[in-house]
Amino acid sequence: MYLSRSHIIQIIFILAGVTFIIKLFFIQVVNTEYSIAAEKNIVQRIEEYPYRGIIYDRNKQLLVYNNPVYDLMVIPKAVKNLNILSFCQAFNISTSEFTNALNRAKRYSHIRPSVFIKNIDHNDFAAIHTKLSDYLGFYIRARTVRKYPQAMLANTVGYVGEINTAQLLADTSQYYKQGDLIGISGLEAKYEALLRGKRGVKYKITDARGQEKGSFKEGTLDILSVPGQDLISTIDASLQLYGETLMRNKIGSIVAIEPSTGEVLAMVSSPAYDPNLLTSKNLSNNFAALERDSLAPLFHRPIMAMYPPGSIFKLVQALIALQEGVVQPNTVYSCNKKIVNCHPHPSPTNLHQAIQFSCNPYFYHVFKHIVNQHIVKDTYEDTRIGLNKWLNYVRQFGLGKQLGIDLPHEKSGYLPDVSFYDARYGEKRWKASTIRSLDIGQGEMLVTPLQMANLAAIMANRGHYYTPHLIKSIEGQTISTKKHVIQIEKNHFDFAVNAMRDVIDSSSAWRAKIKNVIVCGKTGTAENPHGEDHAVFMGFAPLEAPKIAIAVYVENAGWGARAAAAIAGLMLEKYLMGQVSRKSIEDYVLKGDFTY
Amino acid sequence: MEKSIWAKYDWLLLFMYIALVIFGWINLYAVGYEKGVTTASLFDFSTSTGKQFLWIVGASILFIFSLFFDTQFYRSLAYVFYAFSIVLLGATLVWGVKVGGHSSWFQWHGIQLQPTEFVKLTCALAVAKRLGNIGAKLNQFKTQLSVLLLILIPIAFILLQGDVGSALVFSVFIVVLYREGFPIIILLVGVGLVVIFVLNILLPSTYLVISALGVGLMLIGIGKKNVKRIFLISSITLAIIGLVEVFDWVEKRVLKPHHQHRLKVLVDPNADPLGIGWNVTQSKIAIGSGRLWGKGFLKGTQTKYGFVPEQRKDFIFCTIGEEYGWIGTSIFIVVFMALVLRILYIAERQRIRFARVYGYGVASVLFFHFFINVGMTIGVLPVIGIPLPFISYGGSSLWAFSIMLFILLKFDSERNQYVSWKTIAIDLE
Repeated sequence: MYLSRSHIIQIIFILAGVTFIIKLFFIQVVNTEYSIAAEKNIVQRIEEYPYRGIIYDRNKQLLVYNNPVYDLMVIPKAVKNLNILSFCQAFNISTSEFTNALNRAKRYSHIRPSVFIKNIDHNDFAAIHTKLSDYLGFYIRARTVRKYPQAMLANTVGYVGEINTAQLLADTSQYYKQGDLIGISGLEAKYEALLRGKRGVKYKITDARGQEKGSFKEGTLDILSVPGQDLISTIDASLQLYGETLMRNKIGSIVAIEPSTGEVLAMVSSPAYDPNLLTSKNLSNNFAALERDSLAPLFHRPIMAMYPPGSIFKLVQALIALQEGVVQPNTVYSCNKKIVNCHPHPSPTNLHQAIQFSCNPYFYHVFKHIVNQHIVKDTYEDTRIGLNKWLNYVRQFGLGKQLGIDLPHEKSGYLPDVSFYDARYGEKRWKASTIRSLDIGQGEMLVTPLQMANLAAIMANRGHYYTPHLIKSIEGQTISTKKHVIQIEKNHFDFAVNAMRDVIDSSSAWRAKIKNVIVCGKTGTAENPHGEDHAVFMGFAPLEAPKIAIAVYVENAGWGARAAAAIAGLMLEKYLMGQVSRKSIEDYVLKGDFTY
Repeated sequence: MEKSIWAKYDWLLLFMYIALVIFGWINLYAVGYEKGVTTASLFDFSTSTGKQFLWIVGASILFIFSLFFDTQFYRSLAYVFYAFSIVLLGATLVWGVKVGGHSSWFQWHGIQLQPTEFVKLTCALAVAKRLGNIGAKLNQFKTQLSVLLLILIPIAFILLQGDVGSALVFSVFIVVLYREGFPIIILLVGVGLVVIFVLNILLPSTYLVISALGVGLMLIGIGKKNVKRIFLISSITLAIIGLVEVFDWVEKRVLKPHHQHRLKVLVDPNADPLGIGWNVTQSKIAIGSGRLWGKGFLKGTQTKYGFVPEQRKDFIFCTIGEEYGWIGTSIFIVVFMALVLRILYIAERQRIRFARVYGYGVASVLFFHFFINVGMTIGVLPVIGIPLPFISYGGSSLWAFSIMLFILLKFDSERNQYVSWKTIAIDLE
């Protein structure tokens, strides 16, 4: 039979129509799974927010966990036959609040769910739950909110809040939606991708009254949420809590590191605040209040505050000088106060004593000898070479750069270099005497308390350190760390450590001395043109097989040997002995109030 | 003796058209209607239903206008209309407003106009004119090229707008060309190109290159091994590989992720149950819930499904399925197919080629919209945003399709004025 093209076209068209009719037959008549809708049931798409990862301390104590919180959601279009009065009674709101909330929801969307009442407490929820079926169009959405069992570690752990527009735009993975929670600072931010898990979707069949009838398609379309990963941090909770107590009414930091691993045992930033303030309904109010506080509690001092290191830097100078061979342990200088001011102590001193008594003029000579080794005749050129050599060593100590701790916004501190001085004084117009304040850790150089603690760890290890970090394992998998070795011979370190021992044992820093444990350390008093000097202490214990290295920085507390050494000693004792016996020192610290 | 014009009009077509339009209008009212909640009437101009009524009134006025222009008018000005519509199309690229992801609309005092819909009409006219020329020989390269250009230019502009769905509509002119006797080989090549294009989206291009190589080598291996044949197979294979690369490049420039996405979802319905797949699932639920007899007029469509904007346009068929059941959808499909077949019948009885080509153009365009739109709602075709003629909400599409029919009716009513082309033109059939 001859089929003209026009016939073929007609046949194709008709076939298409028939195919559709047949397919429709299957969808509408044969297939019953679509007919659930025939019973006026609807499929609801419910997003499941996964359980956010928990952070533990090194002994598996909770640092932050999840607290269930409930939001009352509304779909304006689905609200029918509502008895407003009884609703307001049941939910404890006024009728005007009700109208406002409903109008707000309607403005957002008539058909999309929005939050009607936020953050209903666990206890209130239980009472409301049974009444909910009386009110069409309302349902409960459960989510979790962070809770901190102890009011500490606020800045380190960080807080969680709603994602803002800038972050949404920057999110290339397109995972986040408006209203999602995201870690904003601290560990919550740094480990956000691990902590947040993965959102899931559940399709549930509900009837017209909102009662759940089961899973749609037996849950085959559901995407399971993936819970966030739990983290074990390096922090020792009881040590941390003790440190925060000691630092009350003071401004500054304590950082304690385990030298053999680089694990941060405690990180105290003072003034501190209760992290639970940033989780409740009043987050924005509380945050604003904290922001306005003139003492800046939100400023994470251990990694962000930068200070001149002061006298503790003398140890680094000594080590460099010994390694370069420009100074010997028996090199003697007298304490010539005309060179630079110094406090009373026996004079003259050798290197060991200079460290022990913290003699400033001695280190003027030390620095000069490091920087001017007469490699070339021209002093200016010689100083440039010397400064570069010096910088090369200092950088190995982890100064002038980020250490790489797992927190956002770590500052690198500052090391003035050749180009800095060139810009300031002009090329070949500066020499050792110009830059002399570097000799005792003053001048333009800046370090963070974390870097100071890391310095203590280097001394404890006699010449190396591991990258300081706050998380030691993720879901049971240990994290590896990098070892950094300083190119200075071990015997020089032994020498320096011995001097540090005597600082505690026979000198002014006796407040850091602990019974039956040999403590090594160095005090510092940092000049403060605006008020009282700042107190600094850096040290470790015990001398052999050290377990903890620590740095304490207390602003405006005067002489380092008092406040800072006392605090350090108490922290060391607490960690090594489990409890503190020197109550008088503890009282002394607790009573200290160095805020202005 | 001249019978009155009315007697010559194809009343059957007109009747089916009016029935569909009115049904579509009432159906729009049913979308989102809720007992006790909806207070607007059919004529409330603030609702889409009311607006659609205004468009219908406009269409009636257009119908009356169309009575005054005779077929010679359309035949001589076909190219002018075409050029004008292309200019408008280009203008949207500059002054257009973005609606639904592509910038193809003009907006004026709250009224939106989409030139794209009218280009479908003018393209049918232009192609009809080109092929209706006495000198047009379908096996001549000159004719073939010019016709293809007429079709490709709107496609290019519309792709630039980002409206891939509407661009695809123009591919249906292949039916027109087939009817007029275009060499099948060209059409097959055309189809082949589209297939390669689509496959390239679904699979990584390396698969296609390797399979092309494989098939080519296999074909060389089997069968006669003369130079000519090997050369032919090799050049075709290389051409295909080259095309794959070109298409790859084009796809990255033109197609947005969601287009690729939609094709992938079609192939694997579980690929995205949350996004596009969700719409289709909801659509099937709505249709499926109609069962045999449907839920009844105004008793369906709970807007809890939450895709209301599309419910009046792309997914309007769901309402029919839900309210009238399988009986309703079958009757609707039969009526619509009857309309299309009637147009084909009318096209066949035309005495000049212009009218026949034009008629096939109208039938194909209408059929394509119907096919894709319904197919999408039942999940057998990818989600492409094109309206269901006369039923979907929208003035531009209603007017464009209506004018298409009016012009055809005019040509049909005047068909006896032409001496049969069978005695003059030479045809391949």
